[in-house]
Amino acid sequence: MTPVLEIKNVTKNFGGVRAIDDFSVKIEPGKVHGLIGPNGAGKTTIFNNITGILTPDKGTIIFDEKEITGKKPHEIAQKGIGRTFQNIRLFSNLSVMQNVILASSMDAEYNLIDSFLRTPRYRRKEKAINEKAMSLLESVGLEDNCHEIASKLPYGHQRKLEIARAIALNPKLILLDEPAAGMNADESAELVGFILDIKNKHAFTVLMIEHHMDVVTNLCDYVTVLNFGKTIASGTPAEVKSNEHVIEAYLGGAEGC
Amino acid sequence: MFSDYTQGIIIIACINMIAVLGISVLTGFTRLFSFGNAGFMSIGAYTSALLTVKMGMPFFPAILVGILFAGIVAYMLGSLTLKLKGDYFLITTLGFGEMIRVLFNYIPITGGAMGLSGIPKYTTLPIAVISLVLAVIISWTLIHSKYGRNFTAIREQEIAAESVGIDITKSKKMAFVFSAMLAGWAGALYAHNLMFLSPIMFNLPKSAELTITVVIGGLGSLTGSIFGSLVVTLLPEIFRSLANYRMFLYGVAVVLIIILRPSGLFGYREFSIRKLIAFFKKIGKKNSAPEKTKVTSGSNGGEK
Repeated sequence: MTPVLEIKNVTKNFGGVRAIDDFSVKIEPGKVHGLIGPNGAGKTTIFNNITGILTPDKGTIIFDEKEITGKKPHEIAQKGIGRTFQNIRLFSNLSVMQNVILASSMDAEYNLIDSFLRTPRYRRKEKAINEKAMSLLESVGLEDNCHEIASKLPYGHQRKLEIARAIALNPKLILLDEPAAGMNADESAELVGFILDIKNKHAFTVLMIEHHMDVVTNLCDYVTVLNFGKTIASGTPAEVKSNEHVIEAYLGGAEGC
Repeated sequence: MFSDYTQGIIIIACINMIAVLGISVLTGFTRLFSFGNAGFMSIGAYTSALLTVKMGMPFFPAILVGILFAGIVAYMLGSLTLKLKGDYFLITTLGFGEMIRVLFNYIPITGGAMGLSGIPKYTTLPIAVISLVLAVIISWTLIHSKYGRNFTAIREQEIAAESVGIDITKSKKMAFVFSAMLAGWAGALYAHNLMFLSPIMFNLPKSAELTITVVIGGLGSLTGSIFGSLVVTLLPEIFRSLANYRMFLYGVAVVLIIILRPSGLFGYREFSIRKLIAFFKKIGKKNSAPEKTKVTSGSNGGEK
């Protein structure tokens, strides 16, 4: 099967620090791929390279059989890569509904004249966007909160809304940056169920960064472990957990125990 | 119907509102600050005035050319500067406004600092009011479309806006050109109302006044901006009898509004009749509710 996303030998330096060192990975369609590693291992830097916030110094990134290396963030989003952020970035003063609608600008296929004259085409497209946003909120279970201001939502709901907003792009691939950050065991278990549920409903592939090992074990089909910008292990969650390099990176070797 | 004085004030208020609507879209909805929009006003004013005075062009095409020219200049300036973040963009607009003013001082055709006189009085009350209504409709439909939503997304969270596929440079450029075109429109009306132009009319305080008006009215509210510009236009007129203290009192009023209501008079909300009625109903209920509790607590006390 051709991978949805393929990263080939990507290197990124920040001054003298090599944040990602010759990193390669293939993401299979329909799977949940985990990216784990200690703080500062370069996980978020990889996300930022994929989404175009940063440009790799070396290497190529191929999405959906087309090269996207060095493209602008909005172009990459339009090609079908949605994302969430480690520290939630919602349109915080706007309502839950507006947050999702704002992400639907690509579905709004009308021009300035249509919007000035409120033509039938404008009305039709706007109606479709509203309906889509509502059904999306229903599928993530936020339909009762649709008129609430995003920043007033409880933390878990804000996470869900951010994921819903990413889905509004109709993406093939969603990048989740620590979706379970700040959640307790019960909440992260609920999140696992939630992600599996919406992934089945909307059919996308997931690449996620996560520290909670229970989330990774229950959710990921495949895991890549990073340390100092390099892949130190990869495989199924069970394989990775017993890998001695991984244990060393996380626990600092035998003397660390 | 109105006295000449009242008519004059209404015309000035309409002109100010048109320019302020542009800033409202730019600053209130996109959160880009421009201290150069008086420069775009002067481009619209001089372009249209020179066309009517020197070439005898009718008023309407002259306004259109003024608007278009202001828009083209904004497009070029925006292409150069809109990749800059926040404050840096503001500084470039400030520099641009001053540059245009000095330029008009030195070009012989504008009459320089002596001013351009003999402009026909074309801006009548109906024309000013119709222009305002049109400008309101255009701004309103723009804000309530995908374009306006993209502006709002940039205001709220630029990085997230990019991550949902919004071309932020293009949207910012659009908001900037739109605000410049409205400024140009206001300038063209202004020239044919005052019948005289001098570059000093379009200085930095004029640009600042436009932005202050939007801040007073509420960033993110078109109706707030219209109301704000009504306040800013009328306050100096109300304080006119106090002559020398006029600008001082105006300043105090602005400072008080900012301190007491930092989100502006309207905040993010728009004025709507329906909400107003709902608000008064709520007040009515509140006023009647405490009386009831008083009565019950009183009767309880009596029984005990």
